[in-house]
Amino acid sequence: MSRKLKEQIIEKVLAFCALVTILTTIGIVLILLVEAVGFFQEVSIVDFLTGTEWTPLFADKSYGILPLISGTLLTTFIAIAVALPIGLTIAVYLNEYAPRKLQKVVKPLLEVLAVVPTVVYGFFALMIVTPFLKIFIPDLSGFNALSPGIVMGIMIIPFVSSLSEDALDAVPDSLRQASYGMGSTKFQTAFRVLVPAASSGIVVSVILAISRAIGETMIVAIAAGQNPQFTFDPTVPIETITAYIVQVSSGDVPQGTIAYKTIFAAGITLFVLTFILNNISYWIKSRYQEKYE
Amino acid sequence: MESDSQSSNPKTTQVETKPKLNSKHQSYKLQAQNVDVFYEDFQAINNISLGIVENSITAFIGPSGCGKSTFLRLFNRMNDYIDGFSMNGNILMDGKDIYDESVNVEELRKIVGMVFQKPNPFPKSIYENVAYGLRIQGIKDEEYIENRVIESLKQSTLYSEVEDNLDKMALSLSGGQQQRLCIARALAVKPTVLLMDEPTSALDPISSGKIEDLIHELKEDYTIVIVTHNMQQAGRVSDNTAFLYMGNLVEYGDTQKIFTNPEKDRTQNYITGRFG
Amino acid sequence: MNRAQKNRLKDKVFKGLGITATFLGIVILAIFIGFILYQGMERISWEFVMSLPSRFAEQSGIYTAWMGTVWVLVCTTLISFPLGVGAGIYLEEYGKKNWWNTFLEINISNLAGVPSVIYGLLGLGVFVRMMKMGNSILAGSLTLSLLILPVIIVSTREALRAVPSTIKEASVAMGASKWQTIWHQILPASFGGILTGVILALSRAVGETAPLIVVGALVYVPFAPTSPLDEFTVLPVQIFNWVTRPQQEFVINAAAGIIVLLGITFVMNGIAVYLRNKWQSKMNW
Repeated sequence: MSRKLKEQIIEKVLAFCALVTILTTIGIVLILLVEAVGFFQEVSIVDFLTGTEWTPLFADKSYGILPLISGTLLTTFIAIAVALPIGLTIAVYLNEYAPRKLQKVVKPLLEVLAVVPTVVYGFFALMIVTPFLKIFIPDLSGFNALSPGIVMGIMIIPFVSSLSEDALDAVPDSLRQASYGMGSTKFQTAFRVLVPAASSGIVVSVILAISRAIGETMIVAIAAGQNPQFTFDPTVPIETITAYIVQVSSGDVPQGTIAYKTIFAAGITLFVLTFILNNISYWIKSRYQEKYE
Repeated sequence: MESDSQSSNPKTTQVETKPKLNSKHQSYKLQAQNVDVFYEDFQAINNISLGIVENSITAFIGPSGCGKSTFLRLFNRMNDYIDGFSMNGNILMDGKDIYDESVNVEELRKIVGMVFQKPNPFPKSIYENVAYGLRIQGIKDEEYIENRVIESLKQSTLYSEVEDNLDKMALSLSGGQQQRLCIARALAVKPTVLLMDEPTSALDPISSGKIEDLIHELKEDYTIVIVTHNMQQAGRVSDNTAFLYMGNLVEYGDTQKIFTNPEKDRTQNYITGRFG
Repeated sequence: MNRAQKNRLKDKVFKGLGITATFLGIVILAIFIGFILYQGMERISWEFVMSLPSRFAEQSGIYTAWMGTVWVLVCTTLISFPLGVGAGIYLEEYGKKNWWNTFLEINISNLAGVPSVIYGLLGLGVFVRMMKMGNSILAGSLTLSLLILPVIIVSTREALRAVPSTIKEASVAMGASKWQTIWHQILPASFGGILTGVILALSRAVGETAPLIVVGALVYVPFAPTSPLDEFTVLPVQIFNWVTRPQQEFVINAAAGIIVLLGITFVMNGIAVYLRNKWQSKMNW
């Protein structure tokens, strides 16, 4: 075989590997669409998007997604409320205050938080955090949004901290020196100069963290309950979109039934939510990279 | 100066000195004919024509950014993969256009070797570095490879320093040794032309001296083109010198003459260090 | 207190806050793991590792679960490694700056952000139903391979990018073709980095639960799998199953299972970090 032909074949094979990623996207969209279309032939899309009752597995069926969305947003909000302040504080501390040596030790240690499987975090939430929180909130239900939300927040700390730190690191040193030159303390430099200058990168990190929290499944499936309720009370059992998909999948729902199709309707809702967030972050990122190059 | 039929070109206004053919060698090994080079919209080379004499050393000099490296890389088509690169005109080797569609770039590069500014040995053993060119040609005869490796290392005057540990990683050598290894690597595949892109700029004076001596010896068998920003080096090693400025060929001819009695004021100014 | 003093105080307070925040997560995780060890260690025994699952917690073991995990790990490696590295090489070395490659890149970064449970739905629709693989190891491995593909691609590209362009130039100038340069120079020089990325991605696959539940990794499998087309369960799914049971004995089983799962995850990550350090110290140009 001639060298040239061989080279061409290799390039084609490699191009195919890259093409698999496109096929994956097409596959996801098609599968979700096809099943969801089947679902929406039986359930009106308006009822789906505005209904506050989600009981597809009961005798008296309702298909309003709002309870799952409220559950998802509630746990996500709690997670971000934990991860953002802690993650950002870590980022500023590591970037401005910590000695290089400490940075080198701490960064991989923080990554460990992201390495632990989520099913393990679910166990923590259910078995440790909820009983612990009950000491302070006696009314807290055994399944609730608060505990998995907090645990999820701990899990995504490294997302926020490492992406935010990258953003802070990308701020030109001249800005930093200008601030010090005017007699600013580290604290003033960090929060009046660096954080604003790195704001777009920090926003990206937060959006990605939100997207991650929305898609997180096992922690909420284990510790938040299986009670779709349209509520923002963090102490009662709720259900998220992801947990619902797992709930149906672990049971034996026959293909073709409307209950089977609900997981794809829920899936497409989840996909659209995260897709929008990911693209916003991609868009901000590509704009802000231009700024410093 | 001997007259020559191929060089002068009505379009090239800035080239006035004629490339010199000395009596022993009667042909041009390499030739550029009305060459323009563009990177996107930026013109890096502006209508240069010149001929390079076989088995001689030709130096390209000029301030940084003048296009001398770009010009050198035309002769083994190393610019081909740069985004936005385009060119007009012809580059001939032994009278044949190397940018012709029928030319296999890989084959071309096997006979036009190159040595780079910074020594860039592969992260492999000394032996495998030199053997690389032979191996990618599909040569399996281990005895032949070994002979070529030793011969090339001897030619590049490195052999005596490394003969006992050819299995040592190339990156453990000193900078000067690494550069001589890179020269050996280029020589192993028996090229006829050797392009050198500021080969001593990253080296200390002693290592540079060794490389210069080596270049002198190699002239017997190879046509050498060397880019340098070191004026003294150009004066010491080269037979002919081309002075480039902002993509234009200002002056080209016998090194002795360029350095002692240049025709252009700009050449004079550059050589005496008034700018650059 | 004057302004300057106030500012200095703020500075000090924040420094304390920073140290606290930095170690907060790690300390909490350490407490969690301590709790798990305390609960589950008593259950860890040869018998636990080699027993089939059972209705009775004390007789229940993780044999089928870890066998399933090993099978899935091997199959996922065989599928995702060549695909991911191939795609990474294509994008980094062959990709030109045009709309198609920009599109590929945006698509990959998007895929990296798709929740894992969605990949489960993809696997359920395509592999389990359409291709009729059923709830098999193969279907699960294909699903996980697609899930970790973006991670492998991104880390492969980073490793390739770390190879100095001078090496590529030297090889090309010797008359090497593009693929010869990649095969003989770029891949050997970046292999440590690529391997690190692949192992990290695989360690993520080992811990994945949701997509496998969706593709039907059965919670009760009485036999260890013997071929890629067998039904299966994996450690995280087994743990999930135990966690959701009300009896305390099963919770202890879950804790013991978690110890094993964490052990596997940490060992894989440790290997990856070790490889990365070794590779970085070897490859400093």
